[in-house]
Amino acid sequence: MAKLNMVQAINLALDEMMAEDPSVIVLGEDVGVDGGVFRVTEGLIEKYGEARVIDTPLAESAIIGTAIGMALAGLKPVGEMQFCGFSYIMIPQLEGHGSRYRSRTHGQFHVPLVMRVPYGGGVRALEHHSESREASLGHFPGVKVVIPSGPRNARSLMRAAILDPDPVVYMEPKRSYRAFKEDVPETPETVEIGKAQVIQEGTDVTVIAWGAMMHTTKKAVEEIRQARGASIELIDLLTISPMDTETICASVRKTGRLAVVQEAPLSFGPASEIIATVNDHALMHLEAPVKRVCGYDVVTPYFGRENLYMPTVGRARRGIEEVLDF
Amino acid sequence: MPKKELDTFSVSYLSILDEDGNVDKDLEPKLKKPELIELYRQMVWARRTDERMLKLQRQGRIGTFGPSTGQEAAQCAVAFAMKKQDWFAGAFREHGVRLLRGETLTRQLLYYNGQEEGNINEGAANPRNLPISVIVGAQPLHAVGLAYAMRLQGETETCAVTFMGDGATSEGDFHEAMNFAAVWNLPVLFVVQNNQWAISVPRSKQTKSATIAQKAIAYGMPGIQVDGNDALAVYAAASEALDRGRRGEGPTLIEAVTYRLMMHTTADDQYKYRTKEEEELWWRRDPLVRFRGYLEAKKIWSEKDQEALEEEYKAEIEKQVKAFEEMSGWKPDAPFDHVFGTKHERIEAQRREFLAETAKEAARG
Repeated sequence: MAKLNMVQAINLALDEMMAEDPSVIVLGEDVGVDGGVFRVTEGLIEKYGEARVIDTPLAESAIIGTAIGMALAGLKPVGEMQFCGFSYIMIPQLEGHGSRYRSRTHGQFHVPLVMRVPYGGGVRALEHHSESREASLGHFPGVKVVIPSGPRNARSLMRAAILDPDPVVYMEPKRSYRAFKEDVPETPETVEIGKAQVIQEGTDVTVIAWGAMMHTTKKAVEEIRQARGASIELIDLLTISPMDTETICASVRKTGRLAVVQEAPLSFGPASEIIATVNDHALMHLEAPVKRVCGYDVVTPYFGRENLYMPTVGRARRGIEEVLDF
Repeated sequence: MPKKELDTFSVSYLSILDEDGNVDKDLEPKLKKPELIELYRQMVWARRTDERMLKLQRQGRIGTFGPSTGQEAAQCAVAFAMKKQDWFAGAFREHGVRLLRGETLTRQLLYYNGQEEGNINEGAANPRNLPISVIVGAQPLHAVGLAYAMRLQGETETCAVTFMGDGATSEGDFHEAMNFAAVWNLPVLFVVQNNQWAISVPRSKQTKSATIAQKAIAYGMPGIQVDGNDALAVYAAASEALDRGRRGEGPTLIEAVTYRLMMHTTADDQYKYRTKEEEELWWRRDPLVRFRGYLEAKKIWSEKDQEALEEEYKAEIEKQVKAFEEMSGWKPDAPFDHVFGTKHERIEAQRREFLAETAKEAARG
């Protein structure tokens, strides 16, 4: 058992997978000698060499495009889009080909690749470095989108993503990279992609969050528990797509109330999809309207204002209490 | 410090068998008689099947497709130079390459009749043929990745060959693929079939470069322009490029100057943007006629051989069309089988709904 932050945990998972399987390779801008701009790939080039840890030219479409070719031939490439704001260039290759070789050939070819996408605000970065765009990526059939919330699940999700036979976009909440440490077991763990995790059981209200918002939401939940002793069921979504209908609806059937905390803009996001899912399968169990505590539908402001625009512990708490008090 | 010349560059053009049937004996590839005949047979097979597909499309028996008539030398001669272990990442007009690498007419018909099953490599179809890529200019990047994987996995004598058109050279992915292949020094052969037209946009509006071949220079790889209707020149250039690749000397760009004798696809009317006179000029450069003349001059092909070949292909085409038309029983919910390699309840729930709804729709009549 070691206490690691998220950067160290993802690095550990990559290291473990590269040691276990020679077909696992890492590619991207600055991932080799520099160890990645966030140091997530630090030390890998020294250990595995520059043929398996590739400092690519600066071209996002080619990072994913060549990764698709590598995956078709049996490698398991883990590519890096340096920031979410630069990742849209990968979409033509991801949607046009990465997500389609399996269906195009009815399974004769498949594309086991992982694209790492550091995302989200709260790190006082330049323009295009703070977006949260999981909704866009979650809309493509044939692509899985996962988001860890802490060091331990970051490691197990990365392992699952590399072992997965299909393209997985692995979004990394930058704000949580070094924000806190967790105990990470000696033996590697894996999780099932497509499954949310109930991290705290409760009976009064269900609260769902993911990524950096998990940390914010946990604090809000703890404040509410201390203030009024409410029994809150907290779910870490972990997989954006394909979304876990069962865990969400089973919880809502039990509690009858739901709040969702999402960093991304309000409209067309996973929070909306969660509500639609509840509408399809558990509407009659609801005792209150579902509350969404989300980002706003504005272009991500520069960091001078970003704290005003990201869901805070206070906003999350007020949202959850609104549902409890309805 | 004075301004000085750092370097100078030149670009070559290769022609071995010209329009009038003259052969450059020094450059003539050393192909044996059976090989020459086989290459010719493949070119004729590509032409006859293409012609039949056009008829089938006009009769409503298949959907839209892009005919390859006129480009047989640019396609078949490259495929003929390839080894079985080489990867092929094509676009959507490499009918000749696909057939030569074991794909059947039946399979092509299936694809163009809207069935993904037409992409499955079965029987003699080379498992290293990637399926048709409709998005212009995307597949060269896959070829670069394939070549990288081959080298890492120890298959250093395997090349990846990717085809695209003149229009694709304007795409960003073309640039990125050329750059990555050169930086990584990979055995990738980029074949640009410069067929003069990207739907309605002529080559002159596509790039200011005097040749497409010279674009290679900027990436630090060799580039050559060849007469794409000259099967011997295409074969010689492709063989040399593939040999370079196998020796670990990196990628090559071949610009095969050819002509799309038909419409862009069957949904297109080419006379909206070009003339019949222009087409007639290129019909006179028909790669099949030229190559047949070469074989006849060598006394290894005759009118009688041609008649026998036409009979053979007529029967074979009938057989394969019949096989296509007798196929049925496609699993309606197959798309749900192939979203992911793992099962997910959210997808399965939608499959159940799809099947129930499909049954209800059938009951409605």
